[in-house]
Amino acid sequence: MKITNARRITQVFFWVLFVWFCVVSSIGEKIWQLRGWPVNWFLQLDPLAALGVLLATHTLYWGLLWGAATIILTFFLGRFFCGWICPMGSLQQFVGYLGQRGLPVAAKILRSRYHGAQQIKYWLLLFLLAAASADFFHFLFSGPFHRPGLFVFVFCLLAAMLWIISERSKVKATAFFAGIVAMGMVLYRWSPQTHWLTSSLQIGLLDPLVFIQRAANLVLLPIADAPLRITSAIPRFYQGAGLMGMLFILVLALCVRIPRFYCRFICPLGALFGLLSRWALFRIGKSEDRCKACRQCEAHCEGACAPSRVIRTAECVLCLNCMDRCRHGLMTYAAQSSAAGEQAAPDLKRRHVVTAIAMGLAAAPVMRLNGSLSNHWNPALIRPPGALSEAAFLSRCIKCGQCMRVCPTNVIHPATWQAGVEGFWTPVLNYRIGTSGCQHNCVACSHICPTAALRPLSVDERMGRNQYAAKGALRMGMAFVDHGRCLPWAMDTPCIVCQENCPVSPKAIYTRIEYRTIRDGRHLLQSISGDRMVLAGGGWKFDTLAGGDYFLQWADRPPVAIAGNADRAITLAAMPEKAQWPKPGDSIQVAVRLQKPYVDPHRCIGCGICEHECPVQGRRAIRVSAENESRHAGHRLIIER
Amino acid sequence: MAPNDSIGRRAFARRVARVFFMAAATGALGLTFWDRLGPRVRGPQRRDLVLPVFSSPGRTPQIAVARGFDRTAGVEAVLNALGRMTAFIQPGDRVLLKVNAAFASPPALGATTHPEMVSAVVKLCKEAGAGRVMVTDNPINDPTSCFELTGIGPAARDSGARVILPGPDQFQTYSLEGGQLIRQWPVLGSPLVMADKLIGLAPVKDHHRSGASMTLKNWYGLLGGRRNLFHQRIHAIIAELAMMIKPSLVILDGTRAMMANGPTGGSLDDLKDTRTIIAGTDPVAVDAAGATLLGKASDDLPYLALAQNAGAGTADFRSLNPIEVNRT
Repeated sequence: MKITNARRITQVFFWVLFVWFCVVSSIGEKIWQLRGWPVNWFLQLDPLAALGVLLATHTLYWGLLWGAATIILTFFLGRFFCGWICPMGSLQQFVGYLGQRGLPVAAKILRSRYHGAQQIKYWLLLFLLAAASADFFHFLFSGPFHRPGLFVFVFCLLAAMLWIISERSKVKATAFFAGIVAMGMVLYRWSPQTHWLTSSLQIGLLDPLVFIQRAANLVLLPIADAPLRITSAIPRFYQGAGLMGMLFILVLALCVRIPRFYCRFICPLGALFGLLSRWALFRIGKSEDRCKACRQCEAHCEGACAPSRVIRTAECVLCLNCMDRCRHGLMTYAAQSSAAGEQAAPDLKRRHVVTAIAMGLAAAPVMRLNGSLSNHWNPALIRPPGALSEAAFLSRCIKCGQCMRVCPTNVIHPATWQAGVEGFWTPVLNYRIGTSGCQHNCVACSHICPTAALRPLSVDERMGRNQYAAKGALRMGMAFVDHGRCLPWAMDTPCIVCQENCPVSPKAIYTRIEYRTIRDGRHLLQSISGDRMVLAGGGWKFDTLAGGDYFLQWADRPPVAIAGNADRAITLAAMPEKAQWPKPGDSIQVAVRLQKPYVDPHRCIGCGICEHECPVQGRRAIRVSAENESRHAGHRLIIER
Repeated sequence: MAPNDSIGRRAFARRVARVFFMAAATGALGLTFWDRLGPRVRGPQRRDLVLPVFSSPGRTPQIAVARGFDRTAGVEAVLNALGRMTAFIQPGDRVLLKVNAAFASPPALGATTHPEMVSAVVKLCKEAGAGRVMVTDNPINDPTSCFELTGIGPAARDSGARVILPGPDQFQTYSLEGGQLIRQWPVLGSPLVMADKLIGLAPVKDHHRSGASMTLKNWYGLLGGRRNLFHQRIHAIIAELAMMIKPSLVILDGTRAMMANGPTGGSLDDLKDTRTIIAGTDPVAVDAAGATLLGKASDDLPYLALAQNAGAGTADFRSLNPIEVNRT
């Protein structure tokens, strides 16, 4: 079998596997629903996600360790992941193939020649990693004072790695690193509580696996499933999915013109692999320098790495098309350098590297100047249960949309601006869109989250049961009644759908009863005939006051239920004793019995079921805001009695 | 496939070794930071602050009352009655004055500790041999403006004290033993732990929620975070503050008391000449005595009873036989 066919089969296999994992990320009992499938496996294989979370939290949440395996394999094989596994790469390759079909070889060569802009992806990588790195630096700087053993081990390991990989200036590079750490230690000692830099994990914006996972979760599957109804009985909606869809289509469209456009110019994961493949044991090369210069290899080169000349190893995605196309068998995949010479590292300028890193380091503190992580927090930002406090959350969330996909009620959505620039596409609850509020006893999102930005919860912890009884249920926020929009509060109309639907036990929404005289409901009594009271005015339609909500009041007596009515005559459900009757000429009021809803701040968990069910459809008359959410002690609204 | 010449072979071996090392190091780094459990609900917390006890446990609680218009003379008089400042301050002590600088309003409105009080007390501390005198508060309005506009900042600096503005670095979490409200709460701890002696220096004010703001309510200014939450249980929080802070001395300035519209006031009409300065080592008793200036009894201020029950002092200030100093 041709090696390229082996590659194609592998790509198709992983592509199908990826789609399968996307499909099964839904809650239910069917075989194609969550049955312990490793649905995060592609995200976990992604070493950029792992590295980002490691830099931003100095921890590696369990599944992310797969990323280390990918890196280790890359050290041996080069960018195998790009050419053989990455579903985003495979899709682009396929679209690129369609776009190049039938083109003359010269045109193909032109489209797949190396372009200077391929450096951009390295700048993006450095920018994103630098933006995430502050926590790791803080760990290094404070480590000597708190965890000296761990610090010494990590420092020595990093220094040794630096020593090994530096080509010419081993001493300089290692000394530079040691100098930075020493300087940081001094600064830490001087001002231990001030984090002069902060981490912001933004790799998810551009990481290809996250990109395609998000597109699959929030665009492709909802579109595909809307008529099929395989994974969801009710069509799914996602706010802001339009933008994602357009970006996804744009990326594919660009591949029609330039094969693997995203891989070549933008992909920060590819850039990471490119940097690593610099030291890869096996690489593509030519077995001898001479060749007929037919450039068939370049016409079909996916990575635009100039295989016929001095090959740019960092750009090579190991599609192996060159080996397949070379009619003279000159192209090899071997543990030796190309006979035609190779350029192992991307030709990055120092000033570009420094600029990208400096901008990355500055990005997070600059974004946080808006105060959204301190006093100016957004009450509209309601995070799923299990969400860490905002700063910790932002240093873990990669915006993959897995929580949004798995949510059985479609209530988790990618944020647009609710969480600031930094929180773009992070999960936020929208109680209007979903099929219900946040289901009371569901913890699915917290378990699917690949980075523990939503930490895994037990149902007991969420509900505040058993060992969590003392802490009480987890609160995502609190519901507030809008007295100007609520039917009983503002419009003399009985309702309390919110109170009925409150799933908390005892209910967080309770009611107080008020008898309120209806509009034009005050009249003089004309006469009483039998069980009918005839009023001087009225004009009600037949029996509109019947049904139990309307009452008649006179003098200081308790209201009496109305059983039926005619234009001006009212029949009471039970006539009082004659002595209690009003006299003709007395003032009589028709009152409506209202149950006015109130929210108990000690019980409300902010699940939003009330908001979802509220019959005031536009801007709901009861709405949840992030007040009182458990994840921030400082957002507490009420102190426990 | 390795090259034949020995230089090439050596280079090749180096490359293989490098790859193996990098692979191993990557694995080692990954395992070092591997976290199978995920983040804990609360990350490893810094240890709670331990607050010093500034009062002398053996000392019999004392309280003295001076009448008169002149703050400087009044402070001197009450302190003389209590055995002079040297009874409270040893030479070299670092003394912290907790003033009430809550609002950015001029001293004449009586919403804040009067600058004359600050000057007088700083001077007495210095004369008693204090090594360093610090003045602090976590005001409600903008801290810099508060210290400047109340005149407290200039007065402190002119008399040789240092103003400590409440920056984020100065707060540490503190949990009051037996407290319900002050749990893991940010407290203006840095100046407190730096100090050897603590003197509370408060005006007498009406307070719409708690009834009165005097030396105990003044400790509210040592809390950080969203402390206004505690207004839901104002008496309980003041009682907890009374348990939390054991001062060396408190001085209550009732020369002109704010009788209404407290705690901000805003009009001279809210003030009344009550011509009294009270000082003592029992803040509960001092406040109980100060309440009389507002025309209130101890029962009108439920936090006094709560503080007394918590063992922070006695609301029956007369039982301490206040030393009366009648000047004018």
